[in-house]
Amino acid sequence: MEHGGEISPVPATPGDAAHTRIGVDDWVAEAEERQRGRGPLVRTVAAIPRPIQIVVFIAVLSLLPFVFSEGNLFRYGLFTLIYALLALGLNVSVGFAGLLDLGFIAFYGFGAYAYAILASPKYGIHWQAEIAIPVVMVGAAFLGLLLGLPSRRLLGDYLAIVTLFFGQAFVVFVNAANPKGLTGGANGIANVDPLNFFGFKLTTTRHYYWFTLIAFLLVIGALYFISESRTGRAWRSLREDPLAAEVMGMPVNRLKIMAFMFGAAIAGLTGTIFAANQTGVFPGDFDISILITIYAVMILGGLGSLIGMFIGAAVINVSYELLSGSNPNPSLGRWLFYLALITVVIARIRPWIRVAVVLAGTVAFGFAVHAIVHALEPSATSGAVTNGGSLSGVMSHWTVIPAHSGASAKYAYVGLVAAVLVLTLIKGWWRAIALIPVLYLASFVWENLLSEQPAVTRLIVFGAMLIALMAARPQGLLGTSRVEIA
Amino acid sequence: MSLLRLAGVNTYYGEIHILQNLTLDVGEGELVSLLGGNASGKSTTLKTILGLVRPRTGAVEFAGEDVTQRATSYRIARGIAIVPENRRLFAPMTVLENLEMGAYLNRDGKGRKEDFERVYTLFPFLHERRHQLAGTLSGGEQQMVAMGRALMSHPKLLLMDEPSMGLAPILVERSFEIIQQVHQAGVAMLVVEQNANMALSIADRGYVLATGRLVLEGPAKQLLEDEGLRKAYLGR
Ligand SMILES: Nc1ncnc2c1ncn2[C@@H]1O[C@H](COP(=O)(O)OP(=O)(O)OP(=O)(O)O)[C@@H](O)[C@H]1O
Ligand SMILES: [Mg+2]
Repeated sequence: MEHGGEISPVPATPGDAAHTRIGVDDWVAEAEERQRGRGPLVRTVAAIPRPIQIVVFIAVLSLLPFVFSEGNLFRYGLFTLIYALLALGLNVSVGFAGLLDLGFIAFYGFGAYAYAILASPKYGIHWQAEIAIPVVMVGAAFLGLLLGLPSRRLLGDYLAIVTLFFGQAFVVFVNAANPKGLTGGANGIANVDPLNFFGFKLTTTRHYYWFTLIAFLLVIGALYFISESRTGRAWRSLREDPLAAEVMGMPVNRLKIMAFMFGAAIAGLTGTIFAANQTGVFPGDFDISILITIYAVMILGGLGSLIGMFIGAAVINVSYELLSGSNPNPSLGRWLFYLALITVVIARIRPWIRVAVVLAGTVAFGFAVHAIVHALEPSATSGAVTNGGSLSGVMSHWTVIPAHSGASAKYAYVGLVAAVLVLTLIKGWWRAIALIPVLYLASFVWENLLSEQPAVTRLIVFGAMLIALMAARPQGLLGTSRVEIA
Repeated sequence: MSLLRLAGVNTYYGEIHILQNLTLDVGEGELVSLLGGNASGKSTTLKTILGLVRPRTGAVEFAGEDVTQRATSYRIARGIAIVPENRRLFAPMTVLENLEMGAYLNRDGKGRKEDFERVYTLFPFLHERRHQLAGTLSGGEQQMVAMGRALMSHPKLLLMDEPSMGLAPILVERSFEIIQQVHQAGVAMLVVEQNANMALSIADRGYVLATGRLVLEGPAKQLLEDEGLRKAYLGR
């Protein structure tokens, strides 16, 4: 692919003096005004020169293994990078070229299975990683071509359905269509070799983390250059208006297929890392739930943004892990829950005086309710805080936790949902005042119901977080809001 | 010799017969208007010329070559460009990027720089606003971007689909001045319009379509005088 060639030395305006300059400054001034309207955090970050930002970003990420234990590095670090890589790949077809690809996970699965076949005792083949990775990536790109060829004339919903079918067909194929055959059926392929570069084997989580980090940096760098190239801009125009792109002479079909191939190659690479790291591949690793997660990462990070994919992956993976029932430190989930509540209050409520009233009011309200309930019926506050941890001392004196919450927690949960709906209907001070008991109710529900059932909870909290975020920023964290043509 | 020639073209959308035995040509450097009411097939004619729809029978010839079976990108590369109906700019991209997309097929950097200079000379406004997002421009400004974008590919023939649509009368006049200017630079044009009076006043020749058939053709001056056309389109 050729780089688009810069148009840098833009010719001076001919007849500058003669030309009346209409409204230039209006718009420029307005653009600056808008920048000023952004939050202090965003402005501070934006003021740091780009190269320094990049160096700090890379430095922090590469030093993470010295801070985290192997378990935490695996959970929070490695999987954030894996999700970020997948989202970067998906972002090429969906974010850049506007092709709604729901079969993306098949490329990830293909990469994992292809590596497992090329480097495991299953067929007695043990390829070195420096050969296997390029071969798998080219293979995945070729699979992207195969999907792209028949789909290139499909648009929107039709493309989504065909690719969804493709993704499902992949799972069925590896799972059942060839029992004990090529892919090992439901048992998958075990004992996959670790990545082995010229004799150096990646064995620890740290190794994998660093390797994945390098892959991530290479991919994000490459995608940056592509997105700024002629091809990248052609993809964007294709996404905006395929017909206009076509009458500019763009080879629309070839561009679409290229987008599929790029995304597929990145997914193939990620699949290889995944298979080698967990030393096995199983059909369940590539089902629809991971597709949904990747879409969530991409939408949260902001369609078309590159670094947004990392941020989206970090937010989703870390919160998902904190809420997970298998997390060795479940009290972190509680921290996440309360921090999220406070963040929403701080981010969505203005003026500041109201924020202060809500937060202070909630704290006071809690102690008051606790004291009253305790005086009336001591057993109603004698329950233990599930999944203790640093917050549990405070919580046991603040939230009402009955010894046997019974059905009351479930009613409270339904009540909470109703209360939140009511909150959306009222405005101003009334909303701020009403928020106080609702926040307390949320705490009650969390302590008595949600923290006891992490599997359900993480989905609920996760969904609520996504809804709240997307309502606040429909374009995602780092996406640019759409400009509608008049 | 004519630059563009449609010979006995019959275009269908599914089973609906739209263009019926349409024959039309545009000479080198000529400015031709294609007139007609709503749904008379004007846009369909342009789509047929670009290869966005293929005629069932008949031929499209450009610069002495039969391009009937050729892809759109091939025809663009041969020197056809279009300012589409409603302009269809790439809204979230800057003016500069929009222009760059117009020169998509022109790969060599030097030629492209000249194209930018040429377009900026014609529209100093575009240079001034090159970093503004196209979607944030006013309708008249967008029209300039659309023309600039089309001219970036250095076309021999420029197709324009209703350039006056959605513009205030003063801007309509301005936009026809620009059309004339581009024409004087030697670009042949086929201008589709409903505003027959305006279109004919700057054209060399004109064609009038009604329900997919040619009903009138001739030198612009003659058409302006034509009783039937006046009744049908000029409203006087
Ligand atoms: N893709 C399509 N499928 C089916 N019919 C179509 C399609 N495009 C256009 N038509 C029909 O073809 C006829 C001619 O349409 P065309 O767009 O060429 O009209 P027009 O002369 O450009 O009209 P206007 O001045 O309103 O733009 C119309 O009846 C229209 O409904
Ligand atoms: Mg039309």
